[in-house]
Amino acid sequence: MSSIAVVDYGMGNLRSVAKALEHVAPDARILVTSDAGEIARADRVVFPGVGAMPDCIRELELRHLRKPLIEAAQTKPFLGICLGMQALFDFSEEGHAAGLGVLPGQVKLFPAAAMYDAGGQRLKVPHMGWNEVQQTGAHPMWAGIPDASRFYFVHSYYVEAGHPDMVAAFTLYPFPFTSAVAAKNIFAVQFHPEKSQSAGLRLLANFVTWDGTAAG
Amino acid sequence: MGLAKRIIPCLDVTDGRVVKGVNFVALRDAGDPVEIARRYDEQGADELTFLDITASSDNRGLILHIIEEVAAQVFIPLTVGGGVRAVDDVRRLLNAGADKVGINTAAVLNPQLVADASARFGSQCIVVAIDAKQVSAAGEPLRWNVFTHGGRKDTGLDAVAWAIKMESMGAGEILLTSMDRDGTKIGFNLELTRAVADAVGVPVIASGGVGNLDHLVDGVLKGHADAVLAASIFHYGEYSVEQAKRHMAQHGIEMRL
Repeated sequence: MSSIAVVDYGMGNLRSVAKALEHVAPDARILVTSDAGEIARADRVVFPGVGAMPDCIRELELRHLRKPLIEAAQTKPFLGICLGMQALFDFSEEGHAAGLGVLPGQVKLFPAAAMYDAGGQRLKVPHMGWNEVQQTGAHPMWAGIPDASRFYFVHSYYVEAGHPDMVAAFTLYPFPFTSAVAAKNIFAVQFHPEKSQSAGLRLLANFVTWDGTAAG
Repeated sequence: MGLAKRIIPCLDVTDGRVVKGVNFVALRDAGDPVEIARRYDEQGADELTFLDITASSDNRGLILHIIEEVAAQVFIPLTVGGGVRAVDDVRRLLNAGADKVGINTAAVLNPQLVADASARFGSQCIVVAIDAKQVSAAGEPLRWNVFTHGGRKDTGLDAVAWAIKMESMGAGEILLTSMDRDGTKIGFNLELTRAVADAVGVPVIASGGVGNLDHLVDGVLKGHADAVLAASIFHYGEYSVEQAKRHMAQHGIEMRL
């Protein structure tokens, strides 16, 4: 029986992530945990999170989770969600915090001056609601999900990936930003699959069976 | 090609049942909250909002069980408001499965609560609900004040200035209800909606007065709302959420279909 660790570090609502995983994988063992041993033993790891980056890193340090998370991100199917995606990168403008540095790149605030649509109407920050996720190519995590499907977002910062090869999807708001990255056994998304109805549940179902390679 | 406008059915819940009143009185039973939530999810609702209007403190815990049950079956964002007075109330609702928590009267009594809750849980999950009523006389420039206690008490606060203040204190979204319109089915107060939506940088949800699908279109195109909230037009089967979304899309509004 496959086990999935949902990393609990005090940042936001993990219940919905766990519930959504239980929904798509009734036979899997879903552990909401902050225990390094359980994370190390799990077959797969989900790193969720909402809130601010400096708090995220502080809470990880408090629970001695930095090293176990980096190890998991290097060794097994690993899904980062929202803040859990952003924290994988080198640096965030939010609180000028260093991230885990698992992936090269930076996290930036949506720049107020650029936040107007083609009609001149002001775009709100946070970027909140359902937006189109444009896939850059085939990946096992996109199986059964039509290109440009809408997923639910809520965030004020976005990832600027250090290497274009890792961009698995982008989204327009109003400029294209990286809404999903794929690097070896890591897949990370800015949106919330656990709140994105059927498309989101499909992505989570894909993660449950993903072997952690780009070929699937 | 961009962010979709949202339709948010609203479920007023008291003593474990969904009800709907006119101008906050004359409550009418509309059914089981979990069943209704599932129906709206199937129809393509973009989010759901629950307002706990339970009067007696004995039954306050009921909403937590309802949210737990909904969150295990419905995988779209859930907002819960009503009776939120302390950071601990916010925590309990988030733990039960809410994604966002609405703060209304307590924000007026203690604005610091908004700052504390958003610092603790992130502004993305703090929705400040503003009940506004027109106070300007005919012929005067339009003015709206913030009301509390179900629209009975004028706080003397200007609604637009209050929305700006709430944004600065950490609100991630504003749920704006026109008390003059709530339950009347004559459409949103578009002047109020536009005044607030244009004044703040966070998303604004228009609420109060929806009677037909054109009202939803107007809320976005004329009121500049980022999302529209409605209750009775959906509860009693007049329109499905799906019909409403198609109607808005036909008027050129970006929707998730």
